[in-house]
Amino acid sequence: MVREGLCRDAPEPALLGSRCLDCGAHQFPAHVTCPYCAGDHTEPADLSPTGVLWAWTAVTAAPPGYRGEVPYGMGVIELPEGIRVITRLTESDPSALRAGQAMELRVVPLHTDDDGSPVVTFAFAPTPS
Amino acid sequence: MSGVVIAGVGLHPFGRFEGASTTDMGVHSVRAALHEAGVGRGGFQAAFCGTAYGGVATGHKVLSRLGLTGMPIVDIEAGCASGGAALQLAAGAIRGGQYDTVLVFGTEKMPKGIIRSSFFEPWQEEAGLAATPAFFALRAHRLAQTSGVTKAHLAQVVVKNRRHGASNPVAMFQKEVTAEEVLASRVVCEPLHLFMLCSPNEGAAAVVLTRAGASAGSVPPIGLASAVLRSHLPGAVLSESTPLSGLTDDSVPSPTTLAATAAYEEAGLGPDDLSVVECQDTDAARELLSYEELGLCAPGGSAELLSSGATELGGRLPVNPSGGLLSKGEPLGASALGQVVELARQLRGECGVRQVPHARVALSHTVGRGANAGVVILTR
Repeated sequence: MVREGLCRDAPEPALLGSRCLDCGAHQFPAHVTCPYCAGDHTEPADLSPTGVLWAWTAVTAAPPGYRGEVPYGMGVIELPEGIRVITRLTESDPSALRAGQAMELRVVPLHTDDDGSPVVTFAFAPTPS
Repeated sequence: MSGVVIAGVGLHPFGRFEGASTTDMGVHSVRAALHEAGVGRGGFQAAFCGTAYGGVATGHKVLSRLGLTGMPIVDIEAGCASGGAALQLAAGAIRGGQYDTVLVFGTEKMPKGIIRSSFFEPWQEEAGLAATPAFFALRAHRLAQTSGVTKAHLAQVVVKNRRHGASNPVAMFQKEVTAEEVLASRVVCEPLHLFMLCSPNEGAAAVVLTRAGASAGSVPPIGLASAVLRSHLPGAVLSESTPLSGLTDDSVPSPTTLAATAAYEEAGLGPDDLSVVECQDTDAARELLSYEELGLCAPGGSAELLSSGATELGGRLPVNPSGGLLSKGEPLGASALGQVVELARQLRGECGVRQVPHARVALSHTVGRGANAGVVILTR
């Protein structure tokens, strides 16, 4: 995983977020202090692996520090927990996507490290119908 | 903010200048502003310098070159709103009685290409989630949903601002473009084409603030009715605070709205009182979103306001008569003060073919990563 603590790389992956025990808001990535109420009573929470597409685009030129393939999709997924998450999308053709469509979490290859080991990251893909 | 005026302004053109350093450009703008204000050595008690990429002691290097040191010199980084942040601090210090005259300037040489910002964690860059234009594009995508903004509207913003910029001798691009040319430029991040994005570049701007009545310069003083900086409240996933998640609650006010609301209140003025606006047009959609966030139209009304022609030179409320960042390019630390320089000159009636007739009240707006939003209101 591109960074530990973001996503469980398992047959049933999950984004690793947190939930505030004071105001109930969810957060990704996990926070110790809730950004919405500044309360310190938070607990780790696996976020739903499915959601709906809220906004999307595709990146056509490699931004600084990025070594993966272009183009790649980027978007915002609305999760049932009442939050929206910024994420890569497996679909890099914006015209193939539509507002509100069902999306699901995947762990996908990003690039191969200098020592030859594969680096993976989280991404959302259209849910097969 | 009664009692604070702009006594003089100065600008180094925005563009690419191989032979000029950050310090050189700062010196150019500061010298011009001090000259206009009739302020020399010992004539100001503090200096605030906006810069994001200038490095250690950027302001000191400029003022050392001019033999004007000894007073507090403070560098300020607030992204695109660095100049607005510097103005707020300077104006507050004068109003509070700490100083009579303060020099505010910004100078910047941006790296070429997509901005690399230390804001992002290395893993975000590695994962492709530090793609600045993609965040702009996602916002543009949402404006299509909420406000009916089409690619034709986005192209129209570029055509308008480039037309304005064609008569601005300090703009990077002084050539008009057609909607066809905008839409024929390559797609960077759908729906944004290359010509819909501003170019990070180089430049400097300076402003001398003084207590009203103390101005001894050769130009008429311009009133600083308010200078407000605000950060974000958490919640909006596409806010300039650039979080990785946000709430589905859309009622959280943006940093721009927070700053504008406070600036209108402080000035005792509202959007209906404005004669001219310079707003953050980092990308074409950002200008339209600014219309809504600044209250120039109702939420959802930006495309209609643009289509009405109101925001063109000659319209009811010209926006970005300088050509905006789409024509000038954006040197972060100088960008907000560049707007203030343009607006001061508009209010003094010095802008020639791009002059807004009878301009009395002007608003400057910048917003950038952090989030930082700056709104400044000037009066004649």
